[in-house]
Formats: sequence, C-alpha cells, structure tokens
Amino acid sequence: MNAHSFTFADHRLCALGSGALFWPEQRLLCVSDLHFGKSERMARRGGATLPPYETRDTLERLERDLNQTQAEVLICLGDSFDDLGAAMALPEAERLWITRLQAGRRWIWIEGNHDPGPVDLGGTHLSEWAIGPLTFRHIAQPGARGEISGHYHPKARVNARGRSISRPAFLVDRDRLILPAYGTYTGGLRSHTQVLCDLMRADAIAVLTGPHPVAIPMPR
Amino acid sequence: MNLSFPLALKAINATLRLMPALPPKFAKWFASKGWSIHPHQQDMLTRADAPALLLIAPTGGGKTLSGFLPSLIDLATGEHKGMHTLYVSPLKALAADIKRNLTAPVQEMGLPIRIEERTGDTSQSLRKRQRADPPHIFLTTPESLALLTSYEDAPRMFAGLKRVVIDEIHALAESKRGDQMMLALARLQTICPNLKRVGLSATVEDPAAIAHFIARHPDPCEILQADPGPAPDIQMLHTDEAPPWSGGGAAYAIPAVLEQVKQHNTTLIFHNTRAQAEIFFHNLWLANDESLPIGIHHGSLDRAQREKVEAAMVRGDLRAIVCTGTLDLGIDWGDVDLIIQIGAPKNVKRLVQRIGRANHRYNAPSKALLVPANRFEVVECLAALEAVLEGDLDGDPRGTGPRDVLCQHILIAACAGPFEAKALYKELKSAGAYSTLTRAAFDACLDFCATGGYALRAYDRWQRLIESPDGRWQLHDPRAAQRIRMNIGTIQDTDTLKVRMRRNRGGKPLGEIEEGFAATLTPGDTFLIGGQIVKYEGLREMTVEVSRDAAKKPKIATFMGTKFATSTQLSARVQRMFTQDSWPELPAHTADWLHLQREVSQLPQPGRLLIESFPHDGREQTVIYGFAGRNGQQTLGLLLTKRMEELGLSPMGFVATDYATLIWGLNAVEDPGPLFDLVTLQAGLDTWLAGNAVMKRTFRASATIAGLIERNSPTARKSGRQATFSSDILYDTLHKYDPDHLMLQITREEALRGLVDFGRIEEMITRIGGRIDHRRLTRVTPLAAPLFLEMGRVPVNGDAEERLLAEEAARLMEDSGLARITPAPSNKPKWRVGY
Repeated sequence: MNAHSFTFADHRLCALGSGALFWPEQRLLCVSDLHFGKSERMARRGGATLPPYETRDTLERLERDLNQTQAEVLICLGDSFDDLGAAMALPEAERLWITRLQAGRRWIWIEGNHDPGPVDLGGTHLSEWAIGPLTFRHIAQPGARGEISGHYHPKARVNARGRSISRPAFLVDRDRLILPAYGTYTGGLRSHTQVLCDLMRADAIAVLTGPHPVAIPMPR
Repeated sequence: MNLSFPLALKAINATLRLMPALPPKFAKWFASKGWSIHPHQQDMLTRADAPALLLIAPTGGGKTLSGFLPSLIDLATGEHKGMHTLYVSPLKALAADIKRNLTAPVQEMGLPIRIEERTGDTSQSLRKRQRADPPHIFLTTPESLALLTSYEDAPRMFAGLKRVVIDEIHALAESKRGDQMMLALARLQTICPNLKRVGLSATVEDPAAIAHFIARHPDPCEILQADPGPAPDIQMLHTDEAPPWSGGGAAYAIPAVLEQVKQHNTTLIFHNTRAQAEIFFHNLWLANDESLPIGIHHGSLDRAQREKVEAAMVRGDLRAIVCTGTLDLGIDWGDVDLIIQIGAPKNVKRLVQRIGRANHRYNAPSKALLVPANRFEVVECLAALEAVLEGDLDGDPRGTGPRDVLCQHILIAACAGPFEAKALYKELKSAGAYSTLTRAAFDACLDFCATGGYALRAYDRWQRLIESPDGRWQLHDPRAAQRIRMNIGTIQDTDTLKVRMRRNRGGKPLGEIEEGFAATLTPGDTFLIGGQIVKYEGLREMTVEVSRDAAKKPKIATFMGTKFATSTQLSARVQRMFTQDSWPELPAHTADWLHLQREVSQLPQPGRLLIESFPHDGREQTVIYGFAGRNGQQTLGLLLTKRMEELGLSPMGFVATDYATLIWGLNAVEDPGPLFDLVTLQAGLDTWLAGNAVMKRTFRASATIAGLIERNSPTARKSGRQATFSSDILYDTLHKYDPDHLMLQITREEALRGLVDFGRIEEMITRIGGRIDHRRLTRVTPLAAPLFLEMGRVPVNGDAEERLLAEEAARLMEDSGLARITPAPSNKPKWRVGY
C-alpha cells in the first residue's frame, strides 16, 4: 500500500497517499473535509455551476481506500458536507452509494463547522470521539494531546532541485495530527500560515500526499 | 498643443476644393497653428457617412485627429444632445492621452463639447454621473464598454450615439479583448442602428482581415492608407565589447547605451520582459555617473509610480525611460528621438510599431537601435533588420471568434435584461469574427450559461438563466448580475500580490509580483522591483512585505512576465542564415560563435534534424532544433516528454522557442530515433490532451472568461486559500466524468488555435525523413546556451517529480535530525474499537 507509517501517541498509524489516515491495529480509516455537495451549494447561492461530479469522485476514492484497507471503522472528521442543505440535496444515487459503503462497518460522522448537526444518513453522529489515548474532532484545540483533527486543509511545499512541489499534507507532532482535506473540490492552506505554525510544535513533520507519500520537516 | 496634430508640409492641392470644406472655425484654427489638413484626414472627412472605415497610418500620422475631425465638426453646432462619439482604446493611458490631445483644440476653438474618459480607474461618483448624463465624447476601454452594456439603462446612456472610433485596432484584433469589444459594438448597433464605425490602425500585413473584423457583417469597410512616411533609420548598436554567448540582460551594452542617451533628447529603451527591464535599469543606474534623469515604466509597477514617470516624461524632464510593452501602443510621449530595443525583437510588426515611437513627426525618419543581448540574438536582430527593410510584416490569421468570450457575452446580455435567443444570435453574428457561428454552437453556449451544460442535469433548480413563459431568457437570481459584472473581461491576469515596504502597517506600495514568483521567495531573498533592490520579509494578508536592502546584486533577479514568441517569418530567416558558409554581414564575434558551434557540434542543416544531448545543471538536457515555430516546438515538447515518460527517461520539463525545444530530465537520451516515429507521435497527440499543463492552463483561461471560474467574487480572497481550489481539479473532474462538455471542447479549440501546431510537426518529420543528427556532448553548446534563459517553462508531472520529492524529503529529514528522533511504538494496544 502506498503509505507512510509513523508513530503517534504510541500507536503505529499510516498516512495514505490519498489523504486518508489508517490505523491498522484497529482497522480504522479516517478521512476529513469531504465537502460533499460543494458544487450544489455554490450553484444554490447564485455562484458558478461547477461540474457536479465531486461527490461521486470523492466516493470513488473513498471506496477504493475502504476496499484496500478492509477498514471496519470509518471516521469522517467533519465538514463531510459543504452545508446541511447540501446533505439534504444529495442525489439519490450518491445517497445509496454511501449506504452501500456503510454496510458491514461502523461509520462515525464527526460534526464540523460546515455541517453542525446530524444529517439524514446512517451512521453515528458525534461532536467528537475518543478512543484510548486518541481524540477525533474537527478543529484542533490548543493544549490538546493525542488529538486528530482536520478543518485547515493543510498543504506543504518543498523545493527539490529547482522544482517547487506543493501537495496536501498531514501535519504531525507529538501531540496532534492534522489531516489534509480528502474531498475532490478542496484547496489547501500552506503550512507556513501563522495559525498552523502556532498550532504545531517546532519539530513537527509534514507528510506530503501523492503516489509516494513522504515526510519532511513541516515547512514554516 | 503637442505633436499628435502634426505639421503637414505638403501643400493642400486643388482636389481639396471638391471635398467638404473645413468649417471656418476649424480652417482658422488649423491656420493659426500653421498646419494644414493631411490628405488622409480630408479623406476621412469626405467619407464620414460610410458605415465603416479603416484608416491605416503610421504612428505620428495625425490618426487621432482624422478619427475625431468629423465628430468635432458635427458637435461644433452645439445641437447634439447626449453621447455622440465613443472612443475605445486598448490602454487606459491612451484614453487619458487622447483626452488631453482633444481638449486643447476644443478649448482653443471654444467648442461646446464635453469630453470624458471612463476606465477601471474612474471614480464611483463620476461613473454614476456618466450613466445619467453622458458626455459628448466618451473615451473608454473594451472592458469598461462591456460593463456599460451590461446595465439595464444602456439604451438610455448610448441613445443618439453616432460614431465609434476604435484606436490601435490592429492590437485589439489579435486578442479576445477585441472579440469582446466587437460583440459589445453589435449590441450598441442594435440600440443605435445608424452607428458609424471607424478603426485606426498601425501598419498591418492584412488590412482586409481587420476591415472584416471592424465592420458590421456584411457591411463593406473601405480601407484608407495614409502615406507611410520615410523609411526608418534602424541599425544594430555597435559596441566595443562583444555580447555574451547567453544571457538576457545586455549588461555589456550599458556604456554604449548610456552614450546614446547622452546624444539624444529623449530615448525609449524597450525590453521584452519586465524582469529584463528591471535588471537593465538597475545596471544603467549604477553606471549613470552624470546622474541623467532616467525612469522605469512597466505594468507591474504601482500605478502612482507609473503616473509619476508618465508626467515627468510629458514635461520632458526625463532623458530616458526603460520600459516594456506598456509603452508599446500609440501613446504620445513627447519628444522621443531615439528608440533602443534591448534583446532581439521577437516580432517584426511590434518592432515597427516601437520604432514608430521615435520622432513623432510625420516626415522625419524614425531612428532606432537594436541591441542583441547575446550572440544568438545578433543573428535574430540581423534577420529582423532585413525583414523591416523588406516590409515583411508577420502575423497569423485568427480563426472564428472564440466561444468562451461568447459565453461571457451571453451572461452580460442577461445582466442587461431579458433577451430572446434568436435576436441575440442574429445580433452577435453581425460581428465579423462570429459571422459564421452556427445556431447549434450558439445554443450550446446558451445552455452552458443557463444550466452548466452537464450531461448530469444537476442544476435544474439552480439554473443561472431561466427561460420565461414568453420565451425570453433572464437571470434566475437578479443578484447574480453583480457577480457577473465583477468578472467581465478577457485579460488573463495571473494572480498577483502587491509588494509594499514593511512599516508598521501600510508602507509604500511598490508594485506587484506574480504569486508563483512570490511562492519561491524565502525571507532574506533579495529581488528587484521598480529599479531598487528589496529584501523579502514575509507575507502578510496577501501582501508581500519587503525592506530596502543595500546589496549590490539581487539574489533572485527575475520575476515572471509575458513572453513574446518570435514570429515564424523571423525563424525561417534565421534558419536560412545558418546554411551559409560564412557570415560577412554579422559582427566578427558572432560569426566566430557560429563557427565554434560548427566545430564542437554542428549547425542545423536543412532537411535534417539536429539533436544535441548533454548533462548540465545536474540534469540531462536534450535540444531538438526543429525550426517548427514556437507552437510547433511546444507541441513537440509535449509529445516527446510523454514518450520519454513511457520510455522511463523521467523528463522533468521543457521549454520551446521558435527554433528549438529544450527538454530536461533525470536520464539521458541515448538514442533519439525511436522518439521521432510519426505514427507513435500521432497516436500520442490523441491522448496527450488528457493531462498536460498546457491544456490545464488553457482551460483555466477559458473557464474564467466563460464564467465557470470566478476571478473576483464579492467576498474577495481572504488571507488563507483553503476555500479556493485549483482549476486543475475542475479540469480533471470534467475530463473524467463529462469528456464532451462544452468547456473541454472550447479548451481544445483554444489550444489548437494558439498552442498546438501538429501540422508543422508532421511537416518537419516528413522534411527530415528520419535524417537525424544526434550529437552526444559533454557540455552546453554555443547554440543551446540561450535556451537556458527562455521563459515559459512547462513542467512535466511524472515519475521525475516523485523521485525528486523522495530524494529531497530524505535529505531534509536527515538534515533536520527528525529522521533519528521519530519514536517507534512502545507497546501494543490492549483494546480494540467495538464493531
């Protein structure tokens, strides 16, 4: 599997090239910021009519990761829907697709700032979820330990022999882990940004996603 | 009064009496100036009632007055109410300049004429007043005009409009800005059916094409040619020092250029890129022992700075201005008596227009000097000189009007109010470029604007445009008009960031740099802007903060900018020169350089293909001298890198010029033969469209124009960027799920129009017939050296990127010590998530 393994809060975790986090011992997969229905929300608010294919593209990748990891638990780490209206307006085919993926595994929706509250889909809806030393929540809290969050859509840039390579990235230090956005229609926030520099310790690493995920010292 | 109302030395001959006489007030004014009317000015007056006219006159030929004379005479009676004449020019500065030039005679003759300009810089309050009470003569740009036609009250604002004057139409006719302008004119023509059109153009290679562009289809358009004036005096600058093998700065020529500046009143020093202008200005300033007043002017500088330079120039306070294309068009900058062109002129037409800047007097020859920056450019300059003397202007015919512009036009029409599809179709077919547009092609654009045009009909509830029961189309949500208006325009401004001096807050603005360049900066890097060296301090809320730096040499000497392609005519001339045994017409240093190329490698031969490969800069380089023109060489770069990726050669990128493609990668090309199999290349063409950077760049441009991507939304860009995502994602998604979508069709059309030229590659491969001269060398050759400075590098995102990333990541982790401290898990978990 194309993954970068590392230790976090004493557990071996894998940052997948797709942007998902896998915890092999628990057969647990975690994805953040899916932003389902983003194009629908933009059109609803009078903006551009973007290609309405991002939900199925995100689902396609998620299905592939679920199949490959044989995950028994899936955690969607918030902002799974671009807003609650987008969750309601989800086309039937995509609704069924989610239901199909939910079959035979535990599915947890953590709420995010875009989707604060339960949606009309199966699975457990929680504001945050703790297991052992780890806490899964949408937005990182200062001072937290063993925290896994999303929200910021981090990306990191590296210069390699004159080429600038910028990718969505996991940010990891000894206390917290921030996941990149998994949804197809999502952008990134550079790791240089003040808020990320403040959150992460000086010795944090960034794991760049892509065909071969690699770790670098977090660029700041 | 300045020189755009030029002195005509020729006496008016008897034929004048048969023509409409100048009203006494005007005749008296001309006489008081000691001027007489130019023959072509008289011609324009005689044909004032023609539906469309095209005047071709050299710069300084009194073109502007020719265009406005009929309007001034008509307005002199004071009877006309409302707007009479609309003037459109490609540059804001030009509108300001014309206003100045028109105001003088109007005041001197005491004419009851109000003249106002409106550009992106015009204040809100004046804009509002202009809509309620328009001036007689209204000066604007294509974008401002398109915006005005989007208002519901456009018919009232333009009521009574009689004439439209389009300046520098040769420049507009080459771009989407021109297409947009002509669509707006089609709209105006419906509002004012008797509108007369006048186009003013510099010398062009195909006047009939411009005439077709300007006239309401199928109206005729008469072409008037003014006396082209004396041939220009144009030479290569002689320097004691030889130009370098490669390099774009022309630093070697600084003393000689300074000497020329001293000998003339005012010199314009043109550069092909902003970066080169900055470097040259910096060096010129260091050598300027006598402290001659010299300024710099280019599009990335802060507006206030530019205006200061412009004002100083008009006052005659400056001895020289280092500049780029922003000064290219017909702005009247006073007493310029010498043009210096640094770097090879990439295009003969542009060179001729630049030369026209000098000696803004109709009868004096323009004086210009060419300064090649390196030895390859010596060859190019010589080819350009020959082309100018032979009057061999270049230019490629443009095809039918682009459909992304059409989509934007449909949205603009919807802002102005409900429309009938049939009437709009008929109206826009009257624009020459769209005269062959089919109804089906139009309907596809309308559907795209209304529903997004997706195979998955997802937006039935949120359509942008809806068809009302009476069959007219209108905005679903009238509030969308604001967003559409904010995105009017076809100029592709790359995302730029403002540069400011760091001070507590809001230091002095210096100008702008491209976001891509800003991303490469790390604190402490120094670069040039506005002629000074500054140090990058950091980024604060999308503003680049810098401080003054005393360094002698900037660390990073370049920021991106427009790249001009050399025309194919020039490239063919260069190729012919390479076949000569010796080059007595070239300076000895350049002839020696070509001889050296023959010695260490060889010169490209007609009917054969020269390929050089050598290691350089830590990478394996391959140069293909195909002489297939920039588009052809670019396409070749795309196809070859794709083949190389398949063959495991890990290409990293390429750059194309008119003569050659330079490809760099991790592995050497040992045997280029298999790369050039026509069948494989052709098969590649069908699939390469899928995922390369050029297509994505084209998609981004077209999708922005067509309104799929918003450039400016009311909630403007915030400090972070996670809310926005790359247009590449949209491209990939469409390609995967909706490959026949209109936006992808348009992207292909536009790529084939501008970027891809497979025909020339086929022709090249047939021409060489497998006769490939491959030279495997140990170092850069003389002929290849200039390629390393070319801009417009296209990255290849393949295996090489992964390899580089892995390598760099390992190094960074090792250097930081993090590689050693990452802990291993200490114990096994004693629990498991419940199922």
